[in-house]
Amino acid sequence: MKTKTLSNFETNRLLLGNEAIGRGLLEAGVSLAASYPGTPASEILSAVVAFAKESGVSLHAEWSVNEKVAYETALANSMAGRRSAVSMKQVGLNVASDPFLRSAYLGVKGGLLVISADDPGPHSSQTEQDSRFFAMFAKVPVLDPASPREAKEMVASAFNLSEKYELPVMLRPTTRVCHARQVVPLMAPEQLARPAHFEKNPRRWAATPQYVRELHWKLNGKIERLAAEPDFYPRLTAGDGSRPGVCLIASGVAFAHTWDLLDGLGLLGKIDFYQVTMPYPLNRDFISRINRTYQKILVLEETYPVIELQLTNGQVQGRRSRAVPDEGELIPEVIRGVLEKFLHLPTTSAAAVPQGEATRPTLCAGCAHRAAFYAIRETFPEGIFPSDIGCYTLGMNLGAVDTCHCMGAGLSQAAGFYHAFAAGGGQIPSIVATIGDSTFFHAGLPALVNAVFHGARIILVILDNSTTAMTGLQPTPEVGVTATGAPGQAVSLPELVRACGVGFLKECDPYQVPEFIAVLKDADQHCRREAGGPAVVIAKHACLLDREARKSQAVYEMCITDCVGCLHCLENFECPALTLDDATGQVTIDGVRCVGCGVCAQVCPTGAIEARLKD
Amino acid sequence: MKQQIIISGLGGQGALTVTRLLAEAAATLGLEVITSETHGMAQRGGTVISMVKVGPFRGPLIPAGAADVGLFLAEKNLGVHRAYLASGARVFVNSAAPGDYFRVDAQRLATEMGVPVAANLILLGFAAAKGGLFCEAALLEQVIMEKIPARFRDANLQALRRGVAAAAENTEEAEA
Repeated sequence: MKTKTLSNFETNRLLLGNEAIGRGLLEAGVSLAASYPGTPASEILSAVVAFAKESGVSLHAEWSVNEKVAYETALANSMAGRRSAVSMKQVGLNVASDPFLRSAYLGVKGGLLVISADDPGPHSSQTEQDSRFFAMFAKVPVLDPASPREAKEMVASAFNLSEKYELPVMLRPTTRVCHARQVVPLMAPEQLARPAHFEKNPRRWAATPQYVRELHWKLNGKIERLAAEPDFYPRLTAGDGSRPGVCLIASGVAFAHTWDLLDGLGLLGKIDFYQVTMPYPLNRDFISRINRTYQKILVLEETYPVIELQLTNGQVQGRRSRAVPDEGELIPEVIRGVLEKFLHLPTTSAAAVPQGEATRPTLCAGCAHRAAFYAIRETFPEGIFPSDIGCYTLGMNLGAVDTCHCMGAGLSQAAGFYHAFAAGGGQIPSIVATIGDSTFFHAGLPALVNAVFHGARIILVILDNSTTAMTGLQPTPEVGVTATGAPGQAVSLPELVRACGVGFLKECDPYQVPEFIAVLKDADQHCRREAGGPAVVIAKHACLLDREARKSQAVYEMCITDCVGCLHCLENFECPALTLDDATGQVTIDGVRCVGCGVCAQVCPTGAIEARLKD
Repeated sequence: MKQQIIISGLGGQGALTVTRLLAEAAATLGLEVITSETHGMAQRGGTVISMVKVGPFRGPLIPAGAADVGLFLAEKNLGVHRAYLASGARVFVNSAAPGDYFRVDAQRLATEMGVPVAANLILLGFAAAKGGLFCEAALLEQVIMEKIPARFRDANLQALRRGVAAAAENTEEAEA
């Protein structure tokens, strides 16, 4: 156990929740950290790398191609006796669920911390699923921090638990912890002298079904003992006895919000108020104490009723009783309403949620995805456009994204649409799937093999900007630079596509709109030829958020003369640098936002936009 | 000392930088501070909001009707985020149009300075100089010197000072 002593206390620093977690990993002596970027978890691995560099600690850090690969890589490091961490957003755990569930049965050697960042709301995710529920399903203990500071403390205790029980332990922060900033005390990183050592034990590490039942029995025993861990008995802020028989139970950031609200209402210290730090397995003595002591119990937790279900008490107020809304984030306004009702307080005005129209996000000015989507929409006005997860989901604004499901799904869905129409016997529309380069590596590759094998005549446009843009420019295998900045072996996207057996492959810069449209037409012809099959177009242009890429491209001075006000550019190209002058009905260029990419000059049907090359 | 501040803007306007500077300033004063930030898709030009809570708070979110100060980098966000302001809150807006708030045309001033992305620091300097914040502009200067990477430091300092100067020039006052 590490304690805050003068010898290892370094300093205080203002850190983002994810940075605090990354720092915690380093301090706990992690020797391997793997991740796939996804909001709200992305900054964790970057922080591990940055703090390791700052402290001169050497470790293996990687942006794996997906969460399953990340999980298995970290798992093996743990099987070799070394402390390991894998971090991801909550839906990443869906991808890693297969190794996650089995690793509960087989257990670990070196501590393994699984960080799954939830997104109640949701703000940046396709579901608001609760990873704590997933932990309960897997029979893995889960810790639920209420703040960045607590998240870092929990990293240390999670490793101790993981090694004591030889089990993976989950840390489940939510968006409001990941993206909160707080002053956090820093300790010196622990240096663990643990050379890799793998003790062969096929009954465990390669357990066939005959051994699994016994492993399951062992796992159940571990969970029993974890439910009696004194360090994770919920923390009580005791009331003054003025409200006997009443208690509040909260976990995660809902605890922090409730604390502030009770403080504001003058009720802190008036009601028994518990913070659950380990929602699963819920402490057994706590369960009986609650059911014995209190008649009125309110549970506040995000996002599913994990604590509530374990209390096995039909009288508990929470999500199942509808005292707490059954979906959505528990923001202070919502909790306040719940508290007022539960404690019979005077009702304040209904939660004033933000009013008025928020501005929707849009692809950046100069983004090559915009040019690609414009060309796709112009070429195939009747097409079907399955897409995927990334910045390019914003292609929706241009009418060129019809579906967005989960990582890699756009490509399989495109094949499914093809088979649906082909089996129907009627006219088959052009089906154009779009996917980013990082997403293609993540889950697109098996879908492409499947589409080739089953003869799905679809066009796949890989929007290759050579980075993972949405989450902060993490490198992809194509770039050949690893998470630490060290060189890696670059993997060629065109070679990979060819190796899948694709019969049509062309690369084109979508900035060249007429050429790109011509390539799309060729691809469509290939699909419709007798001996045709899937066609792949690599739309290659670097992300302009990359400073170097931006500096290296030509810049044009844009000017508009004699705009006829047809609005074709605004309605179909949607560049944030093009705005309508309400007074004249003409389009103007916002000189601050325009990056001089020159593409809109190719979009204007009357040639009113001119692009002059700047020196 | 308790002060709750919202910073409202559009992705790319630098709301996160303002948030971080205010939090660092609070930490320098030895005050407890916790912030909440918008990351992810909304950062691509969409509506974003950050919150800074100075004082003994535990949660990172400011409830509706509780913010003491509002810094609006985009005037049109008043329609979206006004609900967070307490009655009597001090509101500072990057705007050319007068209204029921302290205003500074930070975007125009930043463009004149040749650093159009620095409107955020102008608004921050303006608000500090108007006495609207828990800290003074001098402390923010110190934080910029210590925490902002060298290649942005000068532009940030100049912009902060431009905002301070604008506060002295502008005597128009109003409250939300």
